[in-house]
Amino acid sequence: MLSSRHVLRAAAQSSALGLQCAKSAASPIRNYATVSADIFKPTKFGGKYTVTLIPGDGIGAEVSESVKEIFKADNVPVEWEQVDVSGMETGDKHSEELFRESIASLKRNKIGLKGILHTPVERSGHQSFNVALRQELDIYASIVLIKNIPGYETRHKNVDLCIIRENTEGEYSGLEHQSVSGVVESLKIITRAKSERIAKFAFAFALANNRKKVTCIHKANIMKLTDGLFRNTFKKVAEDYPTLETNDMIVDNASMQCVSRPQQFDVMVMPNLYGGILSNIGAGLVGGPGIVPGCNIGREIAVFEPGCRHVGLDIKGKDQANPSAMLLSASMMLRHVGLDDHANRISKAVYDVIAEGKSRTRDMSGTATTHEFTRAVLDKMEAQ
Amino acid sequence: MLSTRSLHAPARQCLRQLKTPHRFAPACQQARYLQTTPESEKIARFKGTKGSDGKYTVTLIEGDGIGPEISKSVKEIFAAAGAPIKWEPVDVTPTLKDGRTVIPDDAIASVTRNYVALKGPLATPIGKGHVSLNLTLRRTFNLFANVRPCKSIVGFKTPYDNVNTVLIRENTEGEYSGIEHVVVDGVVQSIKLITREASERVLRFAFQYAREVGRSKVRAVHKATIMKMSDGLFLSTARNVAKEYPDIEFDAELLDNTCLKMVTDPTPYNDKVLVMPNLYGDILSDMCAGLIGGLGLTPSGNIGDECSIFEAVHGSAPDIAGKALANPTALLLSSIMMLQHMGLNSYADRIQAAIFKVLAEGKTITGDLGGKAKTHEYANAVIKAL
Repeated sequence: MLSSRHVLRAAAQSSALGLQCAKSAASPIRNYATVSADIFKPTKFGGKYTVTLIPGDGIGAEVSESVKEIFKADNVPVEWEQVDVSGMETGDKHSEELFRESIASLKRNKIGLKGILHTPVERSGHQSFNVALRQELDIYASIVLIKNIPGYETRHKNVDLCIIRENTEGEYSGLEHQSVSGVVESLKIITRAKSERIAKFAFAFALANNRKKVTCIHKANIMKLTDGLFRNTFKKVAEDYPTLETNDMIVDNASMQCVSRPQQFDVMVMPNLYGGILSNIGAGLVGGPGIVPGCNIGREIAVFEPGCRHVGLDIKGKDQANPSAMLLSASMMLRHVGLDDHANRISKAVYDVIAEGKSRTRDMSGTATTHEFTRAVLDKMEAQ
Repeated sequence: MLSTRSLHAPARQCLRQLKTPHRFAPACQQARYLQTTPESEKIARFKGTKGSDGKYTVTLIEGDGIGPEISKSVKEIFAAAGAPIKWEPVDVTPTLKDGRTVIPDDAIASVTRNYVALKGPLATPIGKGHVSLNLTLRRTFNLFANVRPCKSIVGFKTPYDNVNTVLIRENTEGEYSGIEHVVVDGVVQSIKLITREASERVLRFAFQYAREVGRSKVRAVHKATIMKMSDGLFLSTARNVAKEYPDIEFDAELLDNTCLKMVTDPTPYNDKVLVMPNLYGDILSDMCAGLIGGLGLTPSGNIGDECSIFEAVHGSAPDIAGKALANPTALLLSSIMMLQHMGLNSYADRIQAAIFKVLAEGKTITGDLGGKAKTHEYANAVIKAL
């Protein structure tokens, strides 16, 4: 008894110090940073998964419609629980309530598909619902897959990289204050526990997806303490994964390399803000936000959303939006719950339609409307 | 125009205006309809004067690694072009004074005296608590704005053609305030500092610079959706400053959108001057350099209230130092920005034309651009093209 207590305490202490090694990961103690064993699955009821659907603002409603239509046609065993929360300033007090409802729904269902919510720039406006949702649900790891789509030519070839971004702290802490008029401080918070867990997640992801290299992106030459902690934690975690190649790169250099030689990157892991920057640069490399899928994963909840988080207010309601990002995110979701057949059918159809080139939306220099594109995907699925 | 200005400007400045009609402005892009900023209101104008020999003295920090070689090329080319510049080489090897990293007094005195310096790459010593030399220089001379133009070089093919961006970065505060501390073990915070004063200064400079180089649009890049107060302050200051420049079109863009659009197609940015806080500027300016082929081809100017330092932003490349393999283009283009800053536009244009000609021909280019020429062969080719 005494000895076992001793072991537990030692494990707890070592993990608290960020020294938890592969051996103790097998122990029943779970801390902030135990990730690799956390593959969970939402439960099925009556043969169906209930999934929270948050269409979001801008083009959200249109592309969600496309997903629903395709899921229905393929008889995917998914029941939608739709919450129409919006980040627009409507003067409606209802929005906060809907936001709480979406949180409750996600906590219940453990899985969701989400468009992007608008965030007003005005200082009086509310905090970003997108960020609040991620923090509230602790869906700490954002995954963005940047890959050339076969048949769609862009300036760069053979891009296949994956951006893993810490989602809950860093520059998006939301802690800001005005010391005196005209002097504002904004806090960037980096903790060892969260750095460790995102690093572990990145390595576990790389192993599970047969990736070879993990690159840590930081600015530790200037932010010696914060980014220094992130980088050092990454290096320490890397020792547990000797089969993977690791390196680190300063964020400005990484951005430059991304636009000149993106083929050198495989899995990249980074704090919050850099993730926002690099996922947009990455999206630019392969054809824009309309085709980049992504998801946010926590210990218990997974929310799938387009990878580079653009609301698309300018083309709202014009039937011009490209639903590919949402469709591909939705098929990532299906794979996550183990419905691989459906996922493969849908994603293959999307890729085939794009590759054929007859029905492409305007962002891919085509003329098809969202409806026409959806129709083309449906036809392709029928023909399969 | 000149006479009206002389009514409210001291005669001394009038004389300088006659000598320096279009400071900063590359000859290729002149828009006549833009207003000019009165000399007396200019931020960071060049205050240097010619010496008795009719030349301006410029402090030269050769730098480490390949620094001496590429500085030599610049000196040779300037001499061949007959530019009225006298170099004053200084050593900036850091010393410790009262436990702080400082640059030698001689170097500081030289820059203060000459108001302008050209700087090669410096090796940043890696180690705890050691402030980088670049940062020390920036703080010593209060270099508040970093100007980073990126222009596609004819003859050097990248996936992007016809890039011509200008980016101005706030250089003294923001994420690089250097204020960081450990709250408890394992929890660290770093403070991003935004002040109205510093924002106003860099924004005003951006508008002024836009006028000088004939660009009619200024765009502020921010992330005020998330950082509502800090970036919000930068943005609201920008909107206020914009009112003073009615001839310049002002708008703002979210950082995410800028990243996405620039990588997708950078050409819509060819008529704009982008201005942004420190970190975003750091990242985006290097990204723009990536669009045209890397840091070996991009100039940079650090503008301060009194003094300005023009530099090559690439590394000191100790591995190829002394082998005559280095490409001096970045330092040369920076020296051209320097000439423009000093109002010596005719020399700037001539040298720039010669460089672009040699690069476009592609016969005598250095190894990093896919050629075989040595540093001095390239420099000689430029001299011949003059």
